[in-house]
This record gives sequence, structure tokens and C-alpha cells, in this order.
Amino acid sequence: MENMLELLTNANTQWVLLGALILGFASGLIGSFVLLKKQSLIGDAMAHATLPGVCMAYLIFGVKSIPLFLLGAACTGLLATYFIQAIVKHSRIKTDASIGVVLSVFFGLGIVLLTYISKNTTGDKSGLDDFIFGQAAAMVKGDIQVIAVGSLLIILISSLFFKELKISIFDPLFAKGIGLPVGLFNGILMGLVVGIVVVGIQMVGVVLIAALLITPPLAARYWTDQLGHMSFLSGIIGAISGVVGTLISTTGEGLPTGPLIVLCASAIFLISLLLGTRKGLITKVVKQA
Amino acid sequence: MSYDAWIILTGCLVGITCGMTGALLILRKMAMLADAISHTVLLGIVLAFFVTQSLNGLPMLIGAAIVGVLTAVMVQALDSSGVQSDAAIGVVFTSLFALGVVLISFVGDSVHLDVNHALMGEIAFIPWDTLMINGVSYGPTAVWMLGGVFLLNLLLILVFYKEIKISTFDSAMAISIGVPVVFIHYMLMTMVSFSTVASFDSVGAILVVAMLIVPGATAYLLTDGFGMMIILSAAIGALSSLLGYGMSIVFDVSISGSMAVSTGILFAAAFMLSPKHGMVAKWIRRKKMQQEQEQKASA
Repeated sequence: MENMLELLTNANTQWVLLGALILGFASGLIGSFVLLKKQSLIGDAMAHATLPGVCMAYLIFGVKSIPLFLLGAACTGLLATYFIQAIVKHSRIKTDASIGVVLSVFFGLGIVLLTYISKNTTGDKSGLDDFIFGQAAAMVKGDIQVIAVGSLLIILISSLFFKELKISIFDPLFAKGIGLPVGLFNGILMGLVVGIVVVGIQMVGVVLIAALLITPPLAARYWTDQLGHMSFLSGIIGAISGVVGTLISTTGEGLPTGPLIVLCASAIFLISLLLGTRKGLITKVVKQA
Repeated sequence: MSYDAWIILTGCLVGITCGMTGALLILRKMAMLADAISHTVLLGIVLAFFVTQSLNGLPMLIGAAIVGVLTAVMVQALDSSGVQSDAAIGVVFTSLFALGVVLISFVGDSVHLDVNHALMGEIAFIPWDTLMINGVSYGPTAVWMLGGVFLLNLLLILVFYKEIKISTFDSAMAISIGVPVVFIHYMLMTMVSFSTVASFDSVGAILVVAMLIVPGATAYLLTDGFGMMIILSAAIGALSSLLGYGMSIVFDVSISGSMAVSTGILFAAAFMLSPKHGMVAKWIRRKKMQQEQEQKASA
């Protein structure tokens, strides 16, 4: 318990927790749109595909710079989504196979580049491995600022365009009818997803960041039917998972942050699945009885 | 056999075993379920380790099969309770995989089981870990395990060939003539888990996904026949292994990563050049049609 207090008063830990809180909220919020758009697994592929981008940025610029890494990550993440759509459009391959192909090949390329870097370059390259599962303990104030500012920006944009995003997902035809540029809002949503994946990979890692987009809105779905409430609740669930997961990860040595955050979200999902007021399994039984 | 020959043999066996099973998954539109299972078997492997305190092959296979089928069951249950199927897959596999990764960090350093190993595999060490019976070495353990799973998969496909084929293309018809569709489904899930855990040591849990999905998708672009697709997919898997091994030697990089990249190269080649479904062939057909129409118009 004393250890816990010591940790909580540590300035660096406070920064990391703040980052996890904002990141969790932003991803939960965006996740509710992704869920409605039925693109959960595309987010997963995009996340895996950021790994080669991070490595390429290191190879090209030769320095460990978080902004450059994130730029590289955004490029390959977007490229991957483009490939997924192009494969479906121009061949007989279905969406799920197309996602699988792009995800595994990009991730393989990332691993290849990672081993290439560790064998063929000199200089400080520690920390690249951390992008796989995330390592909050290794983060400094500057990294957190990038995460916090990025996440706040994402929250701001999605709140500003909440109504437009909602209509263009729910009823694209109606949206077109009232003169909304649906294509533009699809693009904005895509940009927001790439943004949250990119700012989140340092903390949660490329393998599991997609869970932060998938699980919180799914859990929120068991409590409310209204998109506005659901998005907000999903954000709260994401934020709680972020803070609790990070806290556990900083107490133990070598505990990866990403998986712990994801496990917290999964636990909340499980509770919602059983007890949720809307469609929870136990609630249903009680209501019937 | 020499050191390199063992590695090449292991790689080819991974390619053939996963390729064969993967072709069925592509046809049944279950590629992402395979992705999920190949992540979650990690949990099965870690649990088997905690129970037996050893990295023995058989308990690992059993653990993986249980968690693999459990994954499929949980996805199915969520799916039928009204959760979108891709979100159901996403939530199940990330939860179980995260649990596996957290548990692995409690495994001591002295044991050869860590996250990097789980992700990338260590095919380069395969030849050292040989099967010893009464002090006589019978070749690498991984080759025996992969060979066994390969034969099992082959046997199951051959025995249930007709049933798999019917339930894949027309499940309503399959049910009506009494094919045990549910049994076939979970049998395939078990095959995927077995293939994954046998390949786990050599190419890693995540890169198994490449071998399960990409060769099947490539074969799907090249042929319309059911049996032909299984054979082609296995051959493409083996070819990717060979190509990947060569690449890893030339550039001195991760062997399993290179194999995944070479499945991608072969897929891209088929995507462009396939005689029937390729981009180039489609483009030529379109040009020809345009010309014919112009000739008609001018005539």
C-alpha cells in the first residue's frame, strides 16, 4: 500500500496516468463510431501495419524521434487501409481475408525491419521493441505530451462533428440528401482512427491497441441504446481501463502495459455482458422471472 | 541432414500444414477467426506450461486445442447474442491474448518461453532441439510435431473431403442431407489450433497468421476448383518458406518475418498476374472488349 502511495506521488507516474486517462477516453469515443461502422477489425489491421512505419522512420532519419515515428506509423497505417479496400474492390477476395492478408504481411515486414535495424545500425535503438506491447514505465513527460495533445485534439474534433459523423454512419443516403459531404466525414473518421492508433501505440503497443477501439463501446452497448450516451460511457470505460491498467503495470517490473489495459477493459466488458441494464444476460433472466 | 536443410524442411512443413488448412478457412470466410485462434493459443500454451511445468509438445497441443475451440465457441456465443461478428472476434481474441501475454511475464527467465519467442518464433534454434529416445537422436522435435499435425490434417481432409466441401459451399443443403455441419466446423477449428501450436515454435504465434491466410487467398485467385485450391495453397505455403529463407539469408533478418513478407510477394504477384482473376488479365480483357466495340461501331 505504501508502495502504491509512493508511486502515486511520483511526478512521472502522474503524467503517465494522465496520458492513459485521456488516451483511453479518446479511443473509447472513436471506438463507438468504429463499432457502428462495423470496422473493428480494420482498426486491428491498421494498428499492426504501423510497425513497419515506425521502423522505416528510424531507418530513414536515423534518430529516435517520437514525432517522426508517428508520422511513419500514420503513413503505413493509411497505406494498409487503402490496400484492404483495393484488394476487395479489384479481386474476388472477401473483406475478412483481405484484412488478414494485409495485417499479417505488414506485421511480418515490421518484424523484418526490426531485426534489420538491430543488426545493421549503430546508435541508440532501444525502445523500438516497446512499440509491440507498449511500455508506459519507459515513457517520459515529452511522450505523454504528444499522447495528451493528440488525444485531446481527437476528442475535440469528434465532439465538434458528432452529429454529422452520426448521420453519415447511420443513414448515408439521408445525409447526402440534406447536403452533408458524406465522403468527407468518412475521411475524417478514418483520420481520427489512424490518429488514435498512432498516438496510442507507444503506450498500448501495435498488437493490442485495436482492443481499446473495440471493447469499451461493446461494453457500453449493454447499458444504453443512445449513441450520445454510449460514446460518452465508452470513453469513460476506456479511461478507467487506461488508468487501472497503467497503474498495475507500473507496480510490477516488466509487466507490459498494453495487455493489462486490455484486460481491464475486458473485465468491464464481462461485467457489462452479465449485468448491463439493457441486454445483460443476468438482467434478462431477472426481468423474465 | 545439415543445419540448413532442417530449417528449410521445418519452414516447408509449416507452409504446407497451414496452407492446406488455410485454403478451407478462406472459402468458409473464416480468415479472421483463424487470426483470432492463432493469437489465443498462446494462452493455451502458457496454461499448459503452468500445469505441467514443462514445454512438452503433447500438453501444449491439448492446451492449444482447448483454448482454440473455446475461442470459436465464445465468438459464436457473442455473435448469436447480437454482437457484430467482427467485434465479437476482436473482443475475444484481444482479451485471451492479453491474458496470455500477462501470464507469460510471470514465467521465470530460466524457461524458454517469452513474449518475443511467442511472437517471432526461433526457427534458427529448431535443429538443436532434437527428439531423444534412449540416447539416440531422431531429428528435431519440431519436425516430428509438424509432420504429425500435417498427416493428421491430411487424413481429416481426405476422410471428410465430401462433407467439408458440401458444408463449405452450401451449408443449408449439407444440413438437409445430414452432414454434421457443427462437427465439421469445430473439427476445422481444432485443426487450426493444432497447426498453430505446431508452427508456434518455429514461426511464432502471430506470423502463423500469414501462413494460414495468405497462401489460401493467393490460391483463391488462381483456381476455381476445391481440391486444386487446397493443393495450390499448400504448395504456395512451401514456396513462401523457401523464398523467405533465401531472403533472410541475403539480408540477415528474421526468418519468420521474411517468410511472412514472401507470402505477401506471392499474393501480390497473383493479384496482378493471375490468368483469370488478375488485374493485368482483366485490363487486357477490357481493352479487347473496347476494341471489338469500336470495330462494330465503325463497321
